[in-house]
Amino acid sequence: MKTLTPIGAEPARAPLLRIERLKTYYPIRRGVLGRTVGQVKAVDDVTLDIYPGETIGLVGESGCGKSSFGRTIIRLEEPREGTIRFGQEDITRYSERRMRPLRRKLQMIFQDPYSSLNPRMRVNEILTEPLLAHGAADRRTVPQRVDRLLDMVGLPRSSRSRYPHEFSGGQRQRIGIARALSLQPELIVCDEPVSALDMSIQAQILNLLKDLQQELKLTYVFVAHGLDAVRYISDRIAVMYLGKIVELGDTRSLFEAPKHPYTRILLNANPIPDPRQRARDRIVIEGEMPSPANPPSGCRFHTRCPYAQARCRQEEPPLTGGSHSVACHYPLD
Amino acid sequence: MKRGGPLNATELSWPSPANNADPDAEVVQESAESYFKQVSARFARNKPAVIGLAITLFLILVALLAPLLIPHSPYAVTAFFSAPPSGEHWLGTDQVGRDVWSRLIMASRVSLLVGFSTVAIYVSLGTLIGLVSAYVGGWLDMIVMRITDMFMAFPFLMVILVVVSALGASLQTIICVLALFSWPTVARLVRSSVLSLKQLDYVKAGRALGLSAPRIVFRHLLPNAMGPIIVNATFGIANAILSEAGLSFLGMGVPPPTASWGNMLSDAQSLTVLTDQPWLWVPAGSMLLITVLAINFVGDGLRDALDPKE
Amino acid sequence: MLLGVTVINFIIIKLAPGNPVDMFIDPNTPPELLEAKKEMLGLNSPFYEQYWQWLRNLLHGDFGYSFSSYAPVSKMIGDRLGPTLLLAFTALAAGLLIAIPIGVFSAVKHNSKFDYLMTGLSFIGTSIPQFFLGLGVIYLFALKLKLLPTGGMKDLTGSGGALDTLYHLVLPAGVLAVAVVGKKIRYVRASMLDVLKQDYLRTARAKGVREFIVTNKHALRNALLPIITVFGMEIPLLLGGSILIEQIFQWPGIGQLTMQSILSRDYPILMALNLVAAVVVLATNLLIDILYSIADPRIKYS
Repeated sequence: MKTLTPIGAEPARAPLLRIERLKTYYPIRRGVLGRTVGQVKAVDDVTLDIYPGETIGLVGESGCGKSSFGRTIIRLEEPREGTIRFGQEDITRYSERRMRPLRRKLQMIFQDPYSSLNPRMRVNEILTEPLLAHGAADRRTVPQRVDRLLDMVGLPRSSRSRYPHEFSGGQRQRIGIARALSLQPELIVCDEPVSALDMSIQAQILNLLKDLQQELKLTYVFVAHGLDAVRYISDRIAVMYLGKIVELGDTRSLFEAPKHPYTRILLNANPIPDPRQRARDRIVIEGEMPSPANPPSGCRFHTRCPYAQARCRQEEPPLTGGSHSVACHYPLD
Repeated sequence: MKRGGPLNATELSWPSPANNADPDAEVVQESAESYFKQVSARFARNKPAVIGLAITLFLILVALLAPLLIPHSPYAVTAFFSAPPSGEHWLGTDQVGRDVWSRLIMASRVSLLVGFSTVAIYVSLGTLIGLVSAYVGGWLDMIVMRITDMFMAFPFLMVILVVVSALGASLQTIICVLALFSWPTVARLVRSSVLSLKQLDYVKAGRALGLSAPRIVFRHLLPNAMGPIIVNATFGIANAILSEAGLSFLGMGVPPPTASWGNMLSDAQSLTVLTDQPWLWVPAGSMLLITVLAINFVGDGLRDALDPKE
Repeated sequence: MLLGVTVINFIIIKLAPGNPVDMFIDPNTPPELLEAKKEMLGLNSPFYEQYWQWLRNLLHGDFGYSFSSYAPVSKMIGDRLGPTLLLAFTALAAGLLIAIPIGVFSAVKHNSKFDYLMTGLSFIGTSIPQFFLGLGVIYLFALKLKLLPTGGMKDLTGSGGALDTLYHLVLPAGVLAVAVVGKKIRYVRASMLDVLKQDYLRTARAKGVREFIVTNKHALRNALLPIITVFGMEIPLLLGGSILIEQIFQWPGIGQLTMQSILSRDYPILMALNLVAAVVVLATNLLIDILYSIADPRIKYS
């Protein structure tokens, strides 16, 4: 058996997942006949490269399309347009059947640890099922694999004979993580994995994810609206607004020098532990987010942007600017 | 816990039990309590349901042991027509001189057989159709739903009467026809619960894990849609028993001389029987009432036990 | 939709082994004559042609003629539809008028003695076979107490009139209503309980709105919506149930006609009956949808 990546090869700069001009729309159905009366543009023309071993954080208000994006790139939602390339393969239009072998490599951790585990299955079955379905282990070695998975996520081995309802939220999320790890994936989409948990438990789960990433060389797409969690875990952050990425950059530079007014507002809205920083130029966010079914013309943020000018209403700004890019006609300095 | 056998390279690269151990203090220390146990505990707290279950089991036992419980052949004609109850004939004899008690006991077989087999047929049919329809969706779903609409547009008893009369009344015909016109309800029920279950994350997780469609349908969707199906099936047994009795009462059911509670009541349609010979109609009607009532209590208990709201 | 109903209908009826000519004509009739008769009634043409013929006539409002009485089917059904609808809707209305107050009261006083009693009675109401109850009430009210007639729709001697019909209506409609009430008490109770728990009722109470008004104006209005639908769903069952009831009480409605037509294998009538019944069912479904949108301002039909 040959190893696919030669040892010592330049590991970093070939993207693991390459997403180009991706669009995910949901039809809005009305009336008795279920006619389609409109489209919710959940993800609208997003281009993003995800590199092996990195954690890319996706932030934005709820409804900005970050979860839809996360689900679309692993083909849990149907993309409307664009391409998703995994390694050398264009998986955008793969059928469910063709996707199946790839599912081993692309996994997901869900937000709600209560609805993401089948209440009728014991932990053992939950963890064994994917292994057997993919023939990833034979029945003889399965028990060892389950033990190892439980060890990795820090659950006692005795958990295997229990039902999900016997565990706390944090423990359930550990089960969900173990399930995602069972197939030894390369990329895991974490869809707000800690937002349903208590603060103290959030930190434990984040640490667990970080440790696992190092040990297993995982790539994460980390979707969240809590900025602290994203900042703690991400290498790069993409800020989304109404289905588009408005700013993309390294965690440090994005937090220290946000370029998009929306990012600045998001950061300000986040309670800052350091009281000395608080008084600093606050921008208050106004109004509600417009409907993603009918987004504003030009820059989508112009309806709420304190710096909006005439040009913003007509012309849509592209995402530009190298490693720290922004989609704004008048970026902040 | 290492048992021999080679481990492959990837496995070796996996981390050992690290210091990731769960410091989460709130470990819920319960014995592994299965869903089934919880449900039966809740059911046991519902007194009418338990009594209903006891009666139902008793009736099943009676039906199974029926030949041992009857003093006379249900078909044997004696010299006494419409005789009142006596030591020899506990519930008297009917208009052709047959022992009412024996016929009553034997008739329990017909009722329960119709009830259980009808439900077994249409619930499995309806469940399968509902599952596939909801999971596949699209045009298939639309066609299936139109067909169920069509079947449900017929007034139940009326169309069944017509079909049974067209095919000729017999036990098998009745069971098949009742099943034929009952599956759409189950199909709709299953479809709607599957559609809502499909939105749950563990079903999406099943897809994300690359499980096959049949596996998701039968291991993840069906067991969780089972509750309403079981409840519907229980009430369905009661309804099928009532329908058979109604058909037999109208002379379109189980053909004589086989005894059925419905055709026993049918004989009471004359005013003389009604006023002067209550043993000909009260026992059969009461048995029907008790049977159906008991099964309905069980169904109600199951509904509360499977779907605890309060 | 209806077309599908007619196709199923036709198939079912054509499955029947007997044919009306063989049943009604003197067995000594020469076979040539029998054939001629069959030809005349169109029984010899292939299945789809018979269906097509029937459908074409139907579009011209022609249901055909009864095989046994040679009267036009539309007239025969028309004569019988009135009494059946009268029976069914009286039962439905009575069911509503009894079930809603009891259900509401059970919900307001839930877990009281009254509530338990009513729940018990509602179980009996749903479980008792209608024909058994029918025989029971005839025995009690007609034969023992001699208060009400045993059956029929009008007195044989009397001139009839609305009062007389009403007098005859009490027992059959009452028996049908029992099943409706039995089923619906629990439903009304449950949907009332759901609504009573809602926050806006607590608000209303907190504002000092009297309890009676809270129950009847605020709560009932919101509970009414599901209740309407569920009552509407009873209509097909009532039509079916009326067959038994009409048989017991000799009520001259659709149910009796169905039984007679089945016994005489009168295909044209049976086809038309099932079609009419299906139309009634579909029409009620539509009516429920409309009522629903009136009761719930959030639902709009564009």
